[in-house]
Amino acid sequence: MCLGVPGKIVSVTDIMGMRSADVDISGVKRQVSLDLCPEAKEEDYVLVHAGFAIQIIDEQEAEETLKLLQDLTGVDLPEAESAS
Amino acid sequence: MKQDTILLAHGSGGTLMHKLISGLFASKFSNPILDKLDDSATFELPPGRVSFSTDTYVVQPLMFRGGNIGKLAVCGTVNDVSAMGAEPMYLSCGFVIEEGLAVSELETILDSMVASAKEAGVLIVTGDTKVVEKGGADRLFINTAGVGVVRDGVDIGAAKAKIGDKILLSGTIGDHGIAVVSEREGLTFETAVESDCAPLNKMISSMLDVSRNVHCLRDPTRGGLASALNEFAAASDVGLHIIEDRVPVRDEVAGACELLGYDVFHVANEGKIVAIVEPADADAVLAAMKTSPYGVDAAIIGEVVDEPKGKVLVDTHFGSTRILDILVGEQLPRIC
Amino acid sequence: MTLKYISEYRDPILAKSLITKINQTSTRDAKLMEVCGTHTVAIAKHGIRTMMPPTVQLLSGPGCPVCVTANTDIDRAIELSKVDDVVITTFGDMMKVPGSYSSLAKEKAAGSDIRVVYSALDAVELAERTPEKRVVFLAVGFETTAPTIAASVIEAKKRGLKNFFIHAVHKTVPDALRALIESGEVKITGLILPGHVSAIIGTKPYLFLADEYHVPCVISGFEPLDVLQAIYMLVRQIESGEAKIEVQYRRGVLPDGNQVAVETMNKVFEPCDADWRAIGVIPGTGLKLREEYAEFDAVAAIEVELPPVREPKGCQCGEVLRGVLFPYQCKLFGKACTPEAPVGPCMVSSEGSCAAYYRYSDYPEATG
Repeated sequence: MCLGVPGKIVSVTDIMGMRSADVDISGVKRQVSLDLCPEAKEEDYVLVHAGFAIQIIDEQEAEETLKLLQDLTGVDLPEAESAS
Repeated sequence: MKQDTILLAHGSGGTLMHKLISGLFASKFSNPILDKLDDSATFELPPGRVSFSTDTYVVQPLMFRGGNIGKLAVCGTVNDVSAMGAEPMYLSCGFVIEEGLAVSELETILDSMVASAKEAGVLIVTGDTKVVEKGGADRLFINTAGVGVVRDGVDIGAAKAKIGDKILLSGTIGDHGIAVVSEREGLTFETAVESDCAPLNKMISSMLDVSRNVHCLRDPTRGGLASALNEFAAASDVGLHIIEDRVPVRDEVAGACELLGYDVFHVANEGKIVAIVEPADADAVLAAMKTSPYGVDAAIIGEVVDEPKGKVLVDTHFGSTRILDILVGEQLPRIC
Repeated sequence: MTLKYISEYRDPILAKSLITKINQTSTRDAKLMEVCGTHTVAIAKHGIRTMMPPTVQLLSGPGCPVCVTANTDIDRAIELSKVDDVVITTFGDMMKVPGSYSSLAKEKAAGSDIRVVYSALDAVELAERTPEKRVVFLAVGFETTAPTIAASVIEAKKRGLKNFFIHAVHKTVPDALRALIESGEVKITGLILPGHVSAIIGTKPYLFLADEYHVPCVISGFEPLDVLQAIYMLVRQIESGEAKIEVQYRRGVLPDGNQVAVETMNKVFEPCDADWRAIGVIPGTGLKLREEYAEFDAVAAIEVELPPVREPKGCQCGEVLRGVLFPYQCKLFGKACTPEAPVGPCMVSSEGSCAAYYRYSDYPEATG
């Protein structure tokens, strides 16, 4: 129901108390508001929905999910692929 | 006095219009056939079947990264004529201008048309201009029509795909649609993606130089690759089976599609060709495509199969097989 | 194509072995409902249904905000668009959805000023740029979207805008699930819960599903591997007779969700009853502007007369949204109702379950 796209914060700006970030989604840049994610900072990956960052992606959890999947299935992915 | 903007008087047959036409259009497009400025252009065509096509261009915004409406209007018609295996020769162009358009903007657009026509080796031999009141058009519409002569021995048509044929694509998909939508009001995002808008007649010509067995050709414009492939499947009453991983897509285009909820197979192209070719000739045709600057990323993306008739199947990267559907209506961003 | 946090969750090798795992584990009947429309699309687009063992059945739920928007709410947006100085702004999703007599796309063609925006903030900016117009944002969406609208309303107030309004038709998820289960129409043995709604509200609002109704639940991400893993986790719960709220989408969902977003939403909105299309009124599942923000309420500010509500004849979107019917079991599916000529909303919205089933031919008649 709700499209949320992971993107990386490349810069944060503060215009008249409104914090926003330039988010890079695979080479596409979109300015998003940080009103709902005030703690997000440069280099963080955030979920982007309707012009807002709605959550910071937990990189450690993301890696663990993949690791869990690999353990579960007994499939070892080549480094390059799992890190891509 | 030099006019900065196009006025309604430009279109009413008076001196202003005369000045505009002779000053701008005739001088920029100048060639022996056009320069006569008769009621219609007259010329000889070489012997053979004539390919004749027309299209009207209403793209917004008029200017986008990688091109503008003028370049699009020349390339689009050149490509449509070429896609029947013909060498395009002559174009007409009709302009509908909303009053208030900046003359400088029009000049930029005409310059692009001249450059693209020159690259394609076609002449713009006749034209027409109408200026309409504010609100009567959205700044500028351009119609072009083109004629060319079909090469001897070439027989191309959407209904000619045969089981076992290979499906060739000349490069990355979705570039044009993403370049244009990224500049629309309300959806602005930054990307370096440029429209792929280009005249493809020379590439097509080199493909036909190496094979008489190109069965289907199409430039997958509106509706994207999905529409072109579905049209082939339906017209030829065969199935088309393509491999997602072999279809080249730029990372930025993939990112924009995620952001907007688009399926990249539905996004428009203006400088790509998809071909269905006899299997024995596929490698040679692919090599010919790759010699063109517009075909460096060309790839064999799949083949024609018996079943399911009239449908296109995609083997996804994920390891499943899905039906590739046709876009219904206008592509709208999906958010919630 | 490599998109971080997307590409790695589309890995074919992992997918294959995960499917094997599901096949090996599943012995009991698993009737799993994917609540969310984006899950419906992912399942159809990636052909996940065809990979399931006979014991696992996937049902679509009421999770497409476009589909559950009541006719009367769309009728109001249409009437608002006919007011001279009103500009309607909306997410693209809503354009083609039919109301009782028309759609926003048709009204735009007839001359109404209706614009597609990517964010409610774009509508706020439009209002600031065009003070002579009244800009109304059609505020649809669940808890994922509502905080973004709330933040936009706060921004409009900060800028002192008097010409920005919202037509709030938001819906909230947990109590709708309660109503669905209470109705007892379908015996659901597991729920695939929406990842992005949960990124906002966290896991706690769902606890009652396990505690009171003993329904196994997994909050899932939207890539195909996410969905497969969620299915596997549900199958495991079902096999062991457990019922708990598990999180598959751990990279996006914290137990407490995003409290800033929740507070923003609660600052601007308060719960109200909501009219779900073809389901009816579910108490407490809507959001209305609080008193302090009432000036932004388009319904109060711009009076319009609504036509009598009309439901499309023969349309069974309600049964489809409640999981009672598979889309292809509706009498109109693929015949009187197609994406080219849709009768009900589930065939219009790209996330609608009927459209997803139809587009990807994800139904027995097409594949069998």
